[in-house]
Amino acid sequence: MDWEALWLSVRLGALTVLILLPVAVLAGRWLAVTRVSGKSLIEASLALPIVLPPTVLGLYLLVAFGAGSWVGRLWQELFGHTLVFTFEGLLIASVIVNIPFAVQPIQRAFEAISPDLREAAACCGLSKWRSLWRIELPLAWPGILTGMVLTFAHTLGEFGVVLMVGGSIPGETRTISIAIYDRVQAFDNESAGLMAGVLLLISMVTIALSYLFTHRLGRRHD
Amino acid sequence: MTEAKGLTVRIEQEQPIPLDIDLAARPGEILAIVGPSGSGKSTTLRAIAGLDKPQSGHIVCNGATWLDTATGIDLAARQRRVGLVFQSYALFPHLTTLENVLEALQDRPAESRRDEALALLARIRLEGLEDRLPRQLSGGQQQRVAVARALARRPDVLLLDEPFSAVDRVTRQRLQHELAELRHDLPMPVLLVTHDLDEAARLADRICVIHRGRSLQTASPEAVMTRPVSPLVARLVNLRNVFSGSVAGHRADAGVTSLEWQGRTIEAALSDEFKPGEPVTWCIPADSIIVHRRDRPSQGERENPLSGIVREAVRLGETTALVVVVGDDDREPFHLAIPTHVARRNGIEVGAEIGFSIRTEAVHLMPPDPDGAEQSATD
Repeated sequence: MDWEALWLSVRLGALTVLILLPVAVLAGRWLAVTRVSGKSLIEASLALPIVLPPTVLGLYLLVAFGAGSWVGRLWQELFGHTLVFTFEGLLIASVIVNIPFAVQPIQRAFEAISPDLREAAACCGLSKWRSLWRIELPLAWPGILTGMVLTFAHTLGEFGVVLMVGGSIPGETRTISIAIYDRVQAFDNESAGLMAGVLLLISMVTIALSYLFTHRLGRRHD
Repeated sequence: MTEAKGLTVRIEQEQPIPLDIDLAARPGEILAIVGPSGSGKSTTLRAIAGLDKPQSGHIVCNGATWLDTATGIDLAARQRRVGLVFQSYALFPHLTTLENVLEALQDRPAESRRDEALALLARIRLEGLEDRLPRQLSGGQQQRVAVARALARRPDVLLLDEPFSAVDRVTRQRLQHELAELRHDLPMPVLLVTHDLDEAARLADRICVIHRGRSLQTASPEAVMTRPVSPLVARLVNLRNVFSGSVAGHRADAGVTSLEWQGRTIEAALSDEFKPGEPVTWCIPADSIIVHRRDRPSQGERENPLSGIVREAVRLGETTALVVVVGDDDREPFHLAIPTHVARRNGIEVGAEIGFSIRTEAVHLMPPDPDGAEQSATD
């Protein structure tokens, strides 16, 4: 059992959620109410990681993060090391890959809030931030939770992009999914099975908790 | 015509819904905005609240300019002191009754908010329900919370968007009664949007009739319903007895204008703004038509006596609705409502001939019905 890989995956998942939470809430809220032209194009671009094969996305990110790109060179200058095959690189890739998994449920949650409530908040004199904090966020919370759980679970299971951008450096970029693959390649089915079982358990618990919370919130707001 | 107190509204736009609205409401006055579905009532209310921006307009409330498209002033909804009761009530579903009201009190000192909210809830008879969520309240209670929340803002104008449409009849009557009581304490103008003319007549001081985005007449309920400015308004307020005729002449000494209608002479109160020979539309409210009793003459029987054949007699509980044709032309029948027991006692049924009078005083003259007004008013 590669505990280091499991810890790395959990850390990657948690950090991805942490970074995406504010971004996805603001983007989801904006997309839910905006009438800007070209909204469909923006939504399509954000959804791209869902339909794009992970290896294709991984390849683009590898090129974009590599020493030949301005992003890679800037990173090298700022931090003294490359972005590819590092945990930071993996984290940035993970954030990009997970955008649709975080944004879409949150956008749907904000869309489900009746415009009357937003307008009532405005007529009550609430500022935009107070309206978001007191009215919209509590009502959109199940969707936000779903987005975060999906992001976390998806990060644990992500394989293609991780392998392309991060490789399999123990303690740096080897996630639990990569570790399982490595063990299977080494005919160590016992370890692979154990790790798969742990991953299954974590996923089950996370998803069950999120359903539990969502139902409880849903009942409260009906 | 900016008034220091009260509300004046002038809105014009072509898109998305054509609007041409001109109205004013005084402090403490209930002004009902009445019109069929899609006539622009709610859009007008939303423009006043700052939820929609009209293409061109000018809204002044209590001396403060909320909107002036000419100078680019357009206060956001949260900057306008409006209390808006939504048709759906729009209560915050995750907040209790008390918390819903507290949200509208954010501009008051923190230490007095709770007391103020509790006082408001008590005033609107919601004591004991402070900790309930909206879904735990009845429709009538939800409406009261919405009113309390709107008043908590200490609004300069209270806007009510079909506030009684989502409750049953008994609750509606009770809530209307409560509004009638509450209004005496309300210092601000109240705009009540409704498609229910009876509701408007019961509650409002004045009625503004809107049709296809245009305000057609603003006057007391009595004036709108007995002296509409046009045949279109007459039909919108469901005046059934509207006829086409022409002015035969005036007798200023007797205070009478004579009309020529289907070869008969009808006398109306003096309306010398219409010239002799000029075509006019005239109307008479149903309660100013007096059916003659067969056994003895009725009061006012001499005024415009007419007789006709009953074409329809529909019993609606204690009232019987009659359609009576005078002469050969059945395009312009009279619509009458008489107590069912009177109809029965006098043998008034289909085919019977009845005599009736129309009160000279109540005959109202309007410019002639332009083509299509009849259809457009009722579609």
